[in-house]
Order: sequence, then structure tokens, then C-alpha cells
Amino acid sequence: MKVNDLILQTVTTLLSFIIIIFSVYLFFAGHYTPGGGFIGGLMTSAALVLLLLAFDIKTIRKIFPFNFMTVAAAGLLISILTGVAAMFFDVPYLTHTFGYVELPILGETALASTLIFDLGVYLVVVGIAMTIIQTIGESE
Amino acid sequence: MNNLVILPILIPLITATLLLLIPKNIKLQKVISVISLTATTIASMILVHNVYINGIQTLEIGSWRPPFGIVLVADMFAALLVLTGVIVSFTCVLFSFRNIGKDRENFFYYAFTQFLITGVMGAFLTGDLFNLFVFFEVMLMSSYALIVLGGTKIQLRESIKYLLVNIISSALFVIALAYLYGLVGTLNMADVSSKIAQSGQTDIVTIVAILFLIVFGLKGGIFPLYFWLPGSYQAPPYAITAIFGALLTKVGVYSIYRIFTLIFYHEPQITHQIIGALAIITILIGAIGAIAYWDVKKILIYNIVTAVGVIMYGISIATETGYAGGIYYLVHDMVIKGALFLLAGAMFTITGTDNIKKMGGLIKRHPLLGWMFFTACLALAGIPPLSGFVGKILLAQGGLEQEHYIFVGVMLFSSLLVLYSVMKIFMNCFFREEVLSQKEEKGTTKGLVYPSVILIALSAFLGLGAEFVYPYVFEAAETLMDPSIYIQAVLKE
Repeated sequence: MKVNDLILQTVTTLLSFIIIIFSVYLFFAGHYTPGGGFIGGLMTSAALVLLLLAFDIKTIRKIFPFNFMTVAAAGLLISILTGVAAMFFDVPYLTHTFGYVELPILGETALASTLIFDLGVYLVVVGIAMTIIQTIGESE
Repeated sequence: MNNLVILPILIPLITATLLLLIPKNIKLQKVISVISLTATTIASMILVHNVYINGIQTLEIGSWRPPFGIVLVADMFAALLVLTGVIVSFTCVLFSFRNIGKDRENFFYYAFTQFLITGVMGAFLTGDLFNLFVFFEVMLMSSYALIVLGGTKIQLRESIKYLLVNIISSALFVIALAYLYGLVGTLNMADVSSKIAQSGQTDIVTIVAILFLIVFGLKGGIFPLYFWLPGSYQAPPYAITAIFGALLTKVGVYSIYRIFTLIFYHEPQITHQIIGALAIITILIGAIGAIAYWDVKKILIYNIVTAVGVIMYGISIATETGYAGGIYYLVHDMVIKGALFLLAGAMFTITGTDNIKKMGGLIKRHPLLGWMFFTACLALAGIPPLSGFVGKILLAQGGLEQEHYIFVGVMLFSSLLVLYSVMKIFMNCFFREEVLSQKEEKGTTKGLVYPSVILIALSAFLGLGAEFVYPYVFEAAETLMDPSIYIQAVLKE
């Protein structure tokens, strides 16, 4: 019997966008409200896992044609380098700074350099979660 | 503020990340590993010198004052261990270039090694108990990966054991930290120490201290918590066992030294007595294991257990001589265990077996290997011109001054048994009639012996140049004797 998963696939294409947008919201909300890089990254990988369930590994490879191991390593590098950047200003490792910047559409926004650190955490979490799931999924 | 303190942690960490990005280019991985380890060695040397000239160096991570932020502290004890640790891991990495094989290299072997070094360096340098836990986990995670890498049957079985034991001990570590935090409300080592000094070490604090002893005893392999060690260390190839034997258990011993000299030093008649008794039994158990087996790797592994016992007893003596002896022996033991495992690895490459009874006559075609092994054996047992002697004589002197006659007797007797156990390897494997002809040898020792030459030379330097090393070790012992120096340097009150 051939399985017909039209409903699952249709709902997934819609839902995954909502989940990814929510995860991005969580990621940016982390400084003042609950959220942050870790939960944001987990949420994004949840969306990717939903895609994996509805389609198959090959389709996901086609949509995201990069190695998730590299994503994790790049994230780790970003996090480390935000710390190293502080050393060039002659302050201790991982010292962070913030400032108010006038952005085109958003207006005056508080930007903190911890956001870059959090971006690294986000990428590591996505990379690791997807690597684990893909590796287990592929092994016979 | 001194960003130099973080370099021994940061350089391996960045290297490990870069190595993750180039998984298939083995040649480039090797080049990057060598460059980064050279840089780390130089940074550690500068750090040791800096600590010697300017006293304890601290780095308040993120510019947050302790006890609120994490602080990295490089006192002489930590700096010396960082330097030794880097050199030993450097030689182990050089050894694995020739020895570890394509199968493992293709699966992030060098990256895992760098992560392991990151964890070890972090554990030595941190001044915060929870941060110590995190660095322990960094170290253990990479050691899980290294112990199972290759996926042979024995490795899979032993890594399950190793994983279980370490997960349980890590959980106990968190519980101990929770109790301590509940009692004193801080986790910065210096702050915990001064808080306990103010309120007195109550019974409940002593119980938490014992809990910490159990945790670090499990990591460091003291009696009766060493049971996982002989099996687990036998599973991986020699290059990995060498780095484990030289570094991992020593981090546990270092942590015991740190917390029982800095934090829980008010009730020595309970805690230090227990450590002393356990140390003596550990020495005996290790020596018994070492003479019982006819397997090169097993003998060397049981010698790790003996050495852990000897080093641990320095705490029980609790004088400057005792601490200096413990530190000297700790540094010596990291070097010499690395050398012995690497030499045994070269022997295994030639013969393809660990069984002493199946080897013989190696000295004819491998004189350098043979006499280096002989020198390492003498250093291990503590024969005068080499490094083991200085540490043991200081420990014996400290023990006699404090009238710990049982310990001195046991230690001297164990030296004899240790010498017997390694000489058994030397006499049977290198002399007797030849077992393998030139053609039957399983591999060449080309390039395998030179890493251990570095370590043997270092061991000879530690012995012959004791005059030069003494002031550094005694400065470390002085800091351990007087916790207020450490607290002053961190909290700056």
C-alpha cells in the first residue's frame, strides 16, 4: 500500500516557516525576555526535523546543501572570536559591550556584542542537533 | 588583568575548531596541530616565568570582579602543570602522526586531542568550582570520543564502563557543588575558602569535603575508586593511553590538592587522615597489580595507580616539604608516564603484542628503544640522577619529619616493586633469545622513538637540573601552604 502523506507535507511547508520565524524571535528576545541562542537553535532544528519527517533526508540535503558539522564549527569559531576581539581592546577575554544604534527601519535599537556570541551558540546548537539526527537517520 | 593566562586554553580551543572545518585534509591538520602546540608551549613558558617574577596572575573573564564573575588563576602550581601538560601532549601528538592510522585520523582525531588539551588546561587554570566542573566535562567528553574512536569490540565494551563511571561521578560532582553552594552561597574558590575560614569548618562542610574527595578520587583513580581504570585505559591505542595516563588522572589529583589545601584545610585530623590512609592502600594496590601481570600495558597502567597514591600522600604530610615533594613527583610522573607509554607503543608496533612472554631479544635491532626504556624505568623507580628521585626524597623527608613512618616504609617498598615490575618488561622483552626475525616484525619504529627522547631528556633535566627547578616548585608549595596568598591575589582585599 502506498502511503499518501499529502496533508502532512502541505501542513509542514506552511508550519515550518512559522516555527523558524518563532525561533528567530526567541533568538533575538533573549537579552530582555526568556529566550536566547540555545532555545532558538533547538527550535530551528525542530523545524528542520519536521521537514525531515514529512520529506526525506535527500530532499533536506537539497534544500540545505551544506554540512551541518561545518555549521557547528563555524558557530563555535564565532563565539570564540567575540571573546578574542575583546582582547584587542586590552580588556579581559569575553568582555562585552553595547550601544544604541540608529537603524533604518527599526529606529533607535540597543545592540549588544553578546548577540554575536549568541549567534555562535545558535549555530552550534543547530549544527549539532542536525548532525546527530542525520547521522542516526542514515546509519543502517 | 592579564590575558596571557587564558592563552593555554584559548589556542587549543581555536585550533580544535579550525580542525573541525578541514576534516579531510590530514596533512594540514598535522601542520596546524604542531604550530598550535608550539605556540601553547611558548605561552605556558612565558606564563611560568611571569608567575615566578610577578606572583599569582589572575584574569577576570568578562571584566566581572570575583566572586561575581569567573576568574582564571595561574599560581605556580597550576602554571607548572600547564607547562608539563602541554609538553607531554605535544609529544603524544607527534607520536600519533606515525602511529594512529588513517582510520582514526579521518574522524577528527586531532580535533578531539586539542579539545582534550583545552579541558585539561582549563581545569588547571580555573579559579571557580563550577567552571572546574565544566572543564572536567570538556576533558571527559573528548576522552569519551578518543576512547571509542576506531570502534573495535574491546573499545566499545570499555568505553561503556568508562562512560558510566564518569557520568555517575559527574553527577556526584554537581550534587557536591549544590551542597557547597547551599552552605556558603558562592562557588569562587577564593571566596568559598574565606567564607569557610570565617564561619569555621562545620561537620556538614567536612561531609561535603569527603564527597568532593569521592568525586575526584573517581576521576583520579584512588583506592577503592580505581576499579574502572585498568580496563578502560587498556582499550585505546598507545598514543591515546599515553595522553590519558599522563594527564587525565593527574587532573583529579590536582583538584584534590587544590581543594584540600585551599578550601577544606581546617579539619586535617579527619580529611587529611582519610586521604593518607587511602593513599597508602592505593600505593600497595598499584604495586601488587604491577607485579601480578605479564602484559606491558597492564603493568604500566597499575604504575599510574601507584604514582597517584604517592602524590596524594603529599596532602596528608601537609608541610612545605611534603607539598613540594608531591608537586615534584606529579610533574615527574606526567613526563615519565608519557615516555613509558610511548616507548611501549613503539614496542607494540614492532611485535604486535602486549604479552611479555611472546617477546624477546628486541635489544639487538632496537638498541636506542631498549636503553631509552631502561632509562625511563630507572626514572620511574626513582634512581638518583633522574627525576623520580627528587620527588620521592622530598616526600620521604617530609614524611620522616612528621613521623609518618608507615608511609615512608610503604613508599620505599613500593619503589622496589615498581622497579621489579618494569625491569620484568625490560629483561624479558629486550633480552632473552630473539622471537621475531627482521622480516617477522609487524612495523617500523621510524619516527616513533623521537617523541619519547624529548620526554626522557626532560626527565633527566628535572633530575640533574633540580637546583634550577627547586625554586619554582617551592614557590608552588609555599602558595599551597598559605591559602591567604591565593585569596589575596584573587579577591584583592
